[in-house]
Amino acid sequence: MSDIVIKAENLGKSYTIGHQAERGRYLALRDVAMQNARELWHKTKDLLRGRPIVLGATQEEIWALKDVSFEIHRGEAVGIIGRNGAGKSTLLKVLGRITEPTAGRVTIKGRVASLLEVGTGFHPELTGRENIYLNGAIFGMTRSEIRRKFEEIVAFAEVERFLDTPVKRFSSGMYVRLAFAVAAHLEPEILVVDEVLAVGDAQFQKKCLGKMGAVSQEGRTVLFVSHNMAAVQQLCQQGMVLSAGALSYCGAIGDSIRNYMQDVKATVVGTELANRKDRKGSQWLKFTRVAICDGLGNELRQVMSGENLSIRLYYQARGEMRKASVNVAFNVRSSSGYLLLNLNSADSGQPLLDIFEHGYFQCDWLRFNLRSGVYDCTLFCSVNGEIADWMQSAFILNVEDGDYYRTGKLVDRAQGDVLVPCSWASQPGAK
Amino acid sequence: MMTSPASPVIDASTSRAEVELVLEPGRADKNYWIDLWRYRELFLILAWRDIAVRYKQTVIGILWAVLRPLLTMVVLAVVFGRVAKLPSDGDAPYPLLVFAAMLPWTLFATSLTDASNSLIGSANLISKVYFPRLIVPTATIVSAFADFLISLAILAAMMVYYRFAPRWHIALLPLFTLLALLASLGPGLWITALNVKYRDFRYVIPFVAQFGLYVSPVGFSSGVIPEHWRLLYSLNPMVGVIDGFRWCILGGNSPINWSGFALSLGVVAFFLWLGIGHFRRMERTFADLI
Repeated sequence: MSDIVIKAENLGKSYTIGHQAERGRYLALRDVAMQNARELWHKTKDLLRGRPIVLGATQEEIWALKDVSFEIHRGEAVGIIGRNGAGKSTLLKVLGRITEPTAGRVTIKGRVASLLEVGTGFHPELTGRENIYLNGAIFGMTRSEIRRKFEEIVAFAEVERFLDTPVKRFSSGMYVRLAFAVAAHLEPEILVVDEVLAVGDAQFQKKCLGKMGAVSQEGRTVLFVSHNMAAVQQLCQQGMVLSAGALSYCGAIGDSIRNYMQDVKATVVGTELANRKDRKGSQWLKFTRVAICDGLGNELRQVMSGENLSIRLYYQARGEMRKASVNVAFNVRSSSGYLLLNLNSADSGQPLLDIFEHGYFQCDWLRFNLRSGVYDCTLFCSVNGEIADWMQSAFILNVEDGDYYRTGKLVDRAQGDVLVPCSWASQPGAK
Repeated sequence: MMTSPASPVIDASTSRAEVELVLEPGRADKNYWIDLWRYRELFLILAWRDIAVRYKQTVIGILWAVLRPLLTMVVLAVVFGRVAKLPSDGDAPYPLLVFAAMLPWTLFATSLTDASNSLIGSANLISKVYFPRLIVPTATIVSAFADFLISLAILAAMMVYYRFAPRWHIALLPLFTLLALLASLGPGLWITALNVKYRDFRYVIPFVAQFGLYVSPVGFSSGVIPEHWRLLYSLNPMVGVIDGFRWCILGGNSPINWSGFALSLGVVAFFLWLGIGHFRRMERTFADLI
């Protein structure tokens, strides 16, 4: 069981990007003409040399992956985690033969199916049935293979009644279910999956996770990228942490997740969310940033048990709304994936009524009662009963030991996760 | 995960046709053509998709495939035959002369246009899934071929109408059809690969297709070209193809200029070599550029 199916040696991938020159506020037509002429000259030069044209005045080579070496054994489920832009997707693209590495080499044994997106190649005009065949063929299945699994795929997707409807008439949920069902019935030796579980409802997600777990139990190798730590934890035994294009940790999944969270905490003050794509809901309101502040509104890099905190959830909405019914919530999970608590504006009996085009929801968390460690938080917002934004593992809470009980001593770590105000007494009692 | 020396021969339980694949920068992929064969079903399905989708959500659907060549033929026959009074080949009716050339020309122009835009049109596939990219442009040519078959039926109807019986030459028509396909495939591959990098070529192709209709002997017989220009004229690969079609369909009425035909053949072969070579070289970077 220990033979190596993927072996990467000093893998690297670079892209050349161009930067637009800084343009002054007042721009004479002559300057624009000069600039355009210069760009045209550069482009012509690139064209003649057969190089890709890169727009912009200055060029820069960036390494999306650098010196990445690892080995993956048959039947392992490996979670690849890292912050946005750490190179996870690039790594999957290289492994899936979609793009060529710039340096190093990879040796792969067996057929690879890469699932970087659900419904790749779905054609809106074709029916569900036709799209199953089309999609299957795109992932390298033969027609007879698809025919054999057809019933299974349809049952998994729960779209029996709509098989002969063009998929452009499908609801987005049905579309995703059908797309994932096809992908889930691939039988490659190596399955590479990117963030696709971020779509679909919770129940279907669970089903998909179960299916992928079954795949790895059958002795096939699974590589899985996700921001959802709970899903990674559940599915994978091994983990790889990418940080700025380099492999920063490689080992058991629990350690990898802890390592990743450490990596996040070292670098982040407030978490930018505007560019995250793994989110659900109407997006009428979108979380753009999370900041943790102390009582005076200063942003904190890390928090200590026992402090008074304000968690600010910055958002951007498509309009203003007064007297709305807004529910904002966030879940807190421990690094082992266990759901610790859910803070919810509706439950707390403090309705949020106003939405501004740009604004923030603030949740004051008095006497912060989590012990030291890293916690994974999921954000949720609904407006008038409709889910507006919902993002798994949106940000990480990084907690240091603090003096929660005001005793002058730090509370000891590794004795559970949650602190609760309590009082103790010793009393004489009846026999 | 420790580093171990190159793993030994795969044991029996896993030996089922497992290929070892090495990804390296600039590595020539020796499995490419085998892969192409393995993905033949994708080729068929993509071709079928293009045909299935072609006339979806149009009112008259497949009639478009009949109307377009028919109307073009009428216009060309009137302009060149009636107004300009150009001679036909032998005693072949002028509309038949035009339509015999419209067949390969439309096939060429449609497949060239479709193939050239094919990679950009499949950008989402190319950036998300691996398969031999050659499948995309070649599959689009099949749907152009489907239109061609419909036109062929129109031709048959026209020949019945004009009581024009084909001779034995018609048996060679499949060969010239193949030649027309290859003539479009070469530049098609070349341009679609360039199109990924430089979108300028998207604007070049409609122009070529329009211009070529008048430069190639579609509306007139290539017999009207003065003899000493014939060889130069045959540098246009479609001249050889169209002459070949007329020779097949109109029988002995349209003699082929064989030296010109050989030249056209050479040009087709050159473009095919250029197209496939360039495509293969560019293929690895498609996903990064598209």
